[in-house]
Formats: sequence, structure tokens, C-alpha cells
Amino acid sequence: MLYNIRLKITYDYQNTASSSRHVIRLLPADLPNEQRLVAGTTTVKPKPAEWINRVDFFGNKCVETAFHKDHKVIVFSTEARLNRFTIGYDRERSAVFSNLPRNIIEVRDLTARSPLHFISASSLVPLNGETAAYAQQKIIGNPPVFDLVCAIGQAIHDEFSFDPKATTVETPMRDAFIGRHGVCQDFAHIMISCLRGIGIPAGYVSGFLRTIPPKGKPRLEGADATHAWVSAWCGPDLGWIEYDPTNGTLVSNNHIVIARGRDYFDVAPVKGVVRTFGRHETKQSVDVIPIEN
Amino acid sequence: MSLQPDFQSHQGSNGFFDDYKLVEGVPDELLDVAGNVRPVWRELVGVLKSIDPDDMTHRISIGRQYLRDAGVFYRHYSAKNTTERDWPLSPIPLLLDETEWQSIREGLSQRADILESVMADLYGNNTLVRDGFLPARLVSQNPEWIRPLVGVKPKSGHFLHFVAFDIGRGPNGKWWVLGDRTQAPSGAGFALENRLATTRIFSGLYPQSHVHRIAGFFKSFRNAMLTLRGGDEQRAGILTPGPMNETYFEHAYIARYLGFMLLQGEDLTMRDSQLMVRTIDGFQPVNVLWRRMDSMWVDPLELEENSQLGTAGLLGAIRNQNVTMINAIGSGVLETRALLAFLPRIASEWAGRPLKMPNIATWWCGQPREKEYVKANADRMTIGSAYTTRFLFDLDDITVVGGKGDVDVHGSLDNWIDENADTLVGQEAVKLSTAPALEENRIVPRPMSLRVFLARTESGWVAMPGGFARIGRDSNSTELAMQRGGSAADVWIVSPKPVVEETMLPQPDEAFRRRAPGVLPSRAADNLFWLGRYVERTEHVVRLLRSYHLRVSEFDSHNSELIAYLKVYLEKMGVLDFDEQLPGFVTNLVNSAGYAAGQVSDRFSMDGTLALQDLSKTINQLAQSAKPGSDMARAMSVILRKLSGLSGLIHDNMSRFAGWRFLQIGKLLERAATTTRLVEALTSPAAPAGAWELAIEVADSAMTHRQRYDVATNRSTVIDLLALDLLNPRSIIYQFREIEEHIGYLPGSSEGQQLTPVRSTLVKAMAQLAVLSPDEIDQDRFPVLMRLIAQFSDDLNTAYVR
Repeated sequence: MLYNIRLKITYDYQNTASSSRHVIRLLPADLPNEQRLVAGTTTVKPKPAEWINRVDFFGNKCVETAFHKDHKVIVFSTEARLNRFTIGYDRERSAVFSNLPRNIIEVRDLTARSPLHFISASSLVPLNGETAAYAQQKIIGNPPVFDLVCAIGQAIHDEFSFDPKATTVETPMRDAFIGRHGVCQDFAHIMISCLRGIGIPAGYVSGFLRTIPPKGKPRLEGADATHAWVSAWCGPDLGWIEYDPTNGTLVSNNHIVIARGRDYFDVAPVKGVVRTFGRHETKQSVDVIPIEN
Repeated sequence: MSLQPDFQSHQGSNGFFDDYKLVEGVPDELLDVAGNVRPVWRELVGVLKSIDPDDMTHRISIGRQYLRDAGVFYRHYSAKNTTERDWPLSPIPLLLDETEWQSIREGLSQRADILESVMADLYGNNTLVRDGFLPARLVSQNPEWIRPLVGVKPKSGHFLHFVAFDIGRGPNGKWWVLGDRTQAPSGAGFALENRLATTRIFSGLYPQSHVHRIAGFFKSFRNAMLTLRGGDEQRAGILTPGPMNETYFEHAYIARYLGFMLLQGEDLTMRDSQLMVRTIDGFQPVNVLWRRMDSMWVDPLELEENSQLGTAGLLGAIRNQNVTMINAIGSGVLETRALLAFLPRIASEWAGRPLKMPNIATWWCGQPREKEYVKANADRMTIGSAYTTRFLFDLDDITVVGGKGDVDVHGSLDNWIDENADTLVGQEAVKLSTAPALEENRIVPRPMSLRVFLARTESGWVAMPGGFARIGRDSNSTELAMQRGGSAADVWIVSPKPVVEETMLPQPDEAFRRRAPGVLPSRAADNLFWLGRYVERTEHVVRLLRSYHLRVSEFDSHNSELIAYLKVYLEKMGVLDFDEQLPGFVTNLVNSAGYAAGQVSDRFSMDGTLALQDLSKTINQLAQSAKPGSDMARAMSVILRKLSGLSGLIHDNMSRFAGWRFLQIGKLLERAATTTRLVEALTSPAAPAGAWELAIEVADSAMTHRQRYDVATNRSTVIDLLALDLLNPRSIIYQFREIEEHIGYLPGSSEGQQLTPVRSTLVKAMAQLAVLSPDEIDQDRFPVLMRLIAQFSDDLNTAYVR
């Protein structure tokens, strides 16, 4: 599926910022066998004094920008054309749950996709008995890890309510878990904590989701949002699969990856240190437009 | 073991050694297994046996006084609060024979080299993990393995430049490594101070000429840091988390001792991948940083985002090889306790160099066989966090010693270990050798561990010949941590023949070179400026209060109006509740001054700091004791005398570098502001009778007034003397003239250039007063002056601080 994607994030500072430095991860990733970035650019207005392109530890492209003069508004935006392939997972290749601990111990790899980066608590994903106990209930017999990941993702989709008013970007995972509500970021963090809690390596994926308007209604411009879901490791043969707990589905050609990491901390679209006082407002607009199948 | 023939027979008359004996099962530093004094100690034991106990007490108090005067303290943390405590010096040094030292040095240099290779591998090819020398999980779950720096090579070619090791002597008499300090080891400065204090205690009693000096070590390291800069234009600095850190004293001390800038994260900024320090002369590049801050805190953009201590984007300078970090960011990973379990095999099989000095036996419970071993032998182990980088004896809440601990081990210890296996290590519970410590006129054997420092120079690792011995509070080895009441002793490496003296001072054959003043970081300038303002503001308020209480004590009907007027004036400044007591306003001002001074303790003299502390103490005492009225007025006079003592110290003892000028500008500007406000209020038509005299009194110009005018005080004489008189050091215009002179010495104000905003505002302020007669100064002029003074403060901030 070929897409045109537009994303714009505006930061409006209540008081003028005298300097700032940001790391941004906005551009969809170019991933062999998953998605191909045909063309894409990231722009920042006003023009930053510094612009550094680099690739982070997890293989995500990022840009570091800096402003040295007074500024009040920054607009980060990206435009991309991307071909997302339909992917399917071979469930047969999944390890069975009881073999996973040994599979993990045998890993002698510390590169970006090694499951070992995704087994313990991370900045925004604490491991506590509660999420592990929740996941534990979903284990029946000795299932393939693949089935267990889907079952836990499905359970979160079924038992939690999607409620943008219930949480913010700052809400700790545990609060969303106890309240059984939240948005995609909360559900992804909760699912990661559940999976890691029972020994399944799990990571965070940020990206876009194609939204399909109700029948007969036109697609509203800018109405989409950035999305987040979960990647889970199903043993050395199958490797990583991706599951979207917000929608209760395995990812397919409606999901477009921007960045992958241990949790939101590793992949936040915009992260900055700003010399200012007072608050700021952010606005986001996203368009994911399919142009051909 | 109770009879030690040789030792007992030589016991002296002072009884110091009456209770000294070998402790069952561990070696002693002073006595050999037979109970005889080891040769290296003989001379010192002789001294200690014959010394008069009172003389010893006196000498120790001299040593301790030295430490207090030098401002050496350490910060003690407890659940309730943080306090500054006297440095716990153990007066008896630890003596080591030169030959034994040689082998310690060799063992630790080898270890430092192996750790360097391990570090390079962990941030490089990862062969240790790939080939099974190190479990991958131990790295991937390690908070000190800093992912953003994986694959980044250090500018200097080396990750480690300054390391320390904690070592102890085990039951078999051999030295064991207890822990590796590779991140930002502290203690080198304390070792220096221990040496200076201990030398004072034994001055004239012991031939110091046979003891290796430690100054040469610092000299070598300083040279190594200067070499790493690569060019005179580049700068080296010491990065500190700031005054709230438990070893901040040491950071400031070492910065002063080595002559490097002491920098906090906010002093630094990034410009095009180059690390810069904000100075009063603009951004200046820094490319060697000896950091005393843990890795996670150095860059809020890529690491701990809540860090208030770091510099955003700093990792970029490392990636671009524009800065050498001592030590590399991420070197804390080598301190991981569980690494000790794997290092022996890494050394022998991977590095091909078996460890010359073994480390304490350690088992990581993340491995099945090792876990079972720890469970089976828990009663003779210390079980604790696998990832901790803390000192072995800093017991935390998850430490279990000999099967006992505060841990909630719900059920059995075995279950607890099973459930937390990946995060636990077992370590053989060590019994360490004992060393002599003096406790109430008795020398007693106490467990001891040693911190040894190594610095990388162009010719390899150099060890500080000496170091820092931790002495336990009682016979239990686990009580070594200073937070638990342990103490610190100097370490003397003793040579059979006199050693060549090395100091930091220039040698006779070295060319004399006066170090340039160096750059002044903006933050230091700002703190010195505010220190000046706070001290001056304190003086002004105290003078007002003295005048107030004098009038209250001499109360009669015709000064009641003036008292009321003065009261309103004080209250408008924010000084409240001063009738019955010393107002909190004054205490707060002195605290603020103390805070500002604490931020620049590498630049503000120790005498100045002590004088400020003394002032604060006096104020607290007087706040308790002074009674309203004349007693309070006397108390104010006491405070004023202390304040003038402080000003005198600053004036006489601070070098006339830019820092001193900022302090002076702060004082002068504050005096200009307070005097302007005072004159405005007391020459106003609304002011009651006696106001003019009060103005002259508060401005401390009564005598001058008598000398200058043959008329009684009136509005004109007040304005003339306190605003326009170029010769009165209390007049407003005098402050401006002095400030103008200081400004001339600051960067960016050379002759013949356009007026800078700073100077232009100052000229405008002077124009408000110059060539005017008192009658031409109407009341409207004072608010204009106040605005210009505030403007000047802003301009100064913009030009030098922002």
C-alpha cells in the first residue's frame, strides 16, 4: 500500500525561549521487507542554528536541532511517501512459552534487535507484580509465545477502555493499568509490562495508522494521530512480531513504523531541553493518505 | 593469642598499646603472626609508645583544626536530613613497606589495563559477550551501559584516565581487590588533606623524609590533562554536580590545587558539536573534562531527562571526538559488582594476562550453578545487588550478610534468591586485616581497607604513593563505610632510604611561570556579584535596625513620629517583626550570601567562607539572646563589626581577577541602590523631624558631615554628602565612579570603542547627579536613578552572565 504522509507538530512557548535543543524522530523508517521509504523530508521552522543527522542505538533515524536565539514557536514537520508491505507471521515458527527462558539465555548478541534489551524494566515501563499477574492469567497450558502475545493484546483491547481524557503523555503506566483506560501509548506500555513480566521480550513501536473514515463520510484532513503499538519476541526462529493492543490486531499494511525502542522514552517524536520558564502548548496534525493499493 | 613477647616487652609507659593484640583469624598490619612489630612500623611504634598522652591529644587537635580551617568536611546523609560533619580523620597513618607497595602498584596497573580493554570491548565489538566470557544480560540490563555511546571511540584513544581501587588484605595475608572505581572516583583530594593533617600531628616526631610524597602524583596527572587538551587555546575543567554533592569540597579543593576551572552543567553549552563554557568573555571551548558526576546525569537530552545537573547535547561532543572525558561516559559499567565474578577468567583467557592481584570471590546468581552455590553457602556470604556500583561495605536495603538482612525474604532466603536471581550476587564475606587506630588513649586493632588511585600519563599508569585507608568503627569488617561511622587514615609508603621530594611548586631548575588568571565562568561571576549584593544589603538593613532600636530605647515624645516613619520604611523593604527579635530577613540574607559563596568555593577564599560561617553563627546566637531596645542596638553593632571584618578579608586577600571585580560591583551597586532609596525617603517633604540626621547616621557619615559643613544638617547637606560628594565612599556617585573603574577591566570594554550598554547606562546614571547642586536634585530624580540602577544590573547580566 502506497501512502502520502504528513505530520506537523507545533510547540508554542508561553514565554520566549532563549535557546533550545531537540532530538526529533518523525520520518517513517525504511525497513527491508516491511516498508520502503520512497521519499521523505523533515523540516523545522524557524531555521535552526544547528542540524545534526544521526542514527540512534536502536537504528532509528533522528535529527538533533538547536536554536541559539530567542524563539516562541517551533514547527516540526515531515512529509513522506512510503510503500508499506502486507506482512504475515508464520505462527508455526514461534517458540513455545516454556522454552523462551532458555532461548533468551542463549542469546549472545547486543545489537539493536537483540531481545536482551527488552526484558527488564525501562524508563517508562516498571515491572510490578500486578501486570505480571494479569498476564499470568492468560497463560493456558504451554502455548506458542505467538498465541500468548495475541491473547494478552486482545485482552487489553477487550478489557480496557480507550479514553483520551483519562490520561496524558505524563500519566504513569501503573495509573492507566489500574484505571483500565488510556490511549495507544498507555496500552502499549501496559502490554510491554505484561509481556516482560512473564519473560517475553517486548518493545515499543511508534508510527502511523491509516484511519478508515465511516462509510459515505469524507476523510477529515489532519484528523489522524501518531500511533503506538508493541513488538514482541517469539523465540529465535520467528523473531519479532508486532501487535496493536489499541485495535486488538496484529499489524499489517495499515501500520507504518517511525521508530522502535524499549518504551516511549527511546522514540518520542520530539524531545527537547529548552531554556524558558512557563508552560508550552503542543499541537499535532497527521494525515495518512493511501494513494494506491 | 595473648602473649606477644617482643611487642609486650617493649610496651611503653603511656599504656597506648596495652590492649593491642592480634584478632583471631585475620592478619594485622602492625604485628606479624608471631606478635612482633613489623619492621616498617618499628620507628612509629617507638614514637607512639613514648609520647605523652596530653601531647598526643594536643597534636591531634592541631591536625583536626587544620582540617576545619581548610574547610574539609563531609556530608552525612540520613533519612531525616543532611548535615556537614567534621572530617573523621584517624590520626594514626597506615604504614606500608615500599616493596609491598611495588607489588600492589603492579597488580593494580595491570588491572587498570585489563579494565580498559573490557571497556573498549563493551562499547565496541562485544567479543566478551559473543565468545561467552560475559553473560549478555549482565550488559543489556546494566543501567551504566550507556547505549547512545556504543560504537563511539574516545578522542584520546582511551576510556579510562583516572581510576581507583578498594583493596583489602585477606586472612592469607594477600591483598584482594574489593571493588573497582572507574566512573568518577572520589577521595584523592581527601588523601591530600589527610596527608597534610597527619604530617602536622607527627611533625618533629617522625622522619618524613622516608615517606613517599604524593604531590608528584597530582603534578603528573595535571600534566597529563594538559597534554590531552592538545593546544593552549583549549581548556580543561572539572565537572561537578555542585555544592549539594557529598564530595563537593573535594571538587573545589582539587580545582584550586590543580588550577582548573570548576564547572557545573549550566556553565557549559554546545555549539556545533563543540563543548563551550559560558564565560564573562563569551563562549570558550573546553575539551578535557574531569567529571565528578555520574554518567546518567551529564546530558538531559539523551540520558536522564530530569537531570538539572547536565548539559543538553553533551554526548554530541563525545561522538565528534571534541572532548575527552575523564573517565569516558559509561565507564560506570566496569564498577558493576557482578563483573568481579567474570574478571578472573576474562583476564587469564581473554586478555591472556592472569590477574596479579585477585579480586574478592563473587558468584552471579543469574547462572544456575552459581546460584545453587550461593544458596548452599549463604551463611558465609554477602548477598547483594548484582548491578550496584557502590562500595562493598555501603550496605543497602537489599544486602544480606551471612544469611541475615533487612530484606523481606518472604518465606526463605532460597526463594528470595530464586525470584531475584538475575539481580543478585553472592560475595565471600571478607575478613579484613586490622590496623592500629587510636581511641581514647588506647591503640586498638580495627579492620581496614585501602583506596589506591591510578592516573594515566603518557608513560602509562602512575599510582599515588599513598592513598586513603578506611578504618572500621569496631571489629566488624562491614562497618567500614564512613556513613556508618568509619574513619579515614593517611597511608605512608615508607622507604628504607630518604625519598626525593616532589611538590606541585616549581622546581629550582624549572622556568618561573606565573599562571594567567584564566577565564571566569559566567555563573561564578553571577554568584560573586550576588554575594557582594547580599553582604552589602545585610549591612544596610542592620544599620537601619540599629538606628531604629537606638531611638526606641531613647524614646521620648518628639521622636515617635520618626520611629513610626522608619518602621514603615523597613516594612516596605520586607523587614518584618523586628520589634522583639532579630528579623528572619537578616538571617535569610546571610544564608543567601552563604549559598552564593558555596557555589564558588573554588574562587572565594576559605577565610572568607569561614568568616561568613562565623557571621551566620553570631546572628543565630543573637537572634536567640538579644532583647529589644539598647541590647538589640548593641547586637547590631556586633554584627556590623563582623561584617566589616568580612569585607576587609575580601579586600585584602582576594586577587584582583575578574571574580573580585564582580563581587565589588555587586557591593557598590547595592550600596548605590540602598543609599538612593534612603536619601529619597529621608529627604522627602513627608519625612518627620530628625530624618536628615538619621540619613547621615545610617550612611555612616556623621563624622564626615561634621568635618565638611559648618551648618546643622539640612536637606542640602544630606543630598550633597550622600548623593553628590565624590570623596565620600558612601555617596551614590562615588559608587558609580568605582563601578566605572571596575567595568574598565572587564572583557569587551577597551578604550576607543563604542559605549557598551553596560557603560552607557552607567554614564546615564552618573549624569543624573554630576555637576548638579543639591538644590537642583528634586524628589523625582530618585525613582529615575533606581530605574537606571536596575537597568544596569540587567545590562551587566546580559553582557556577562546570560
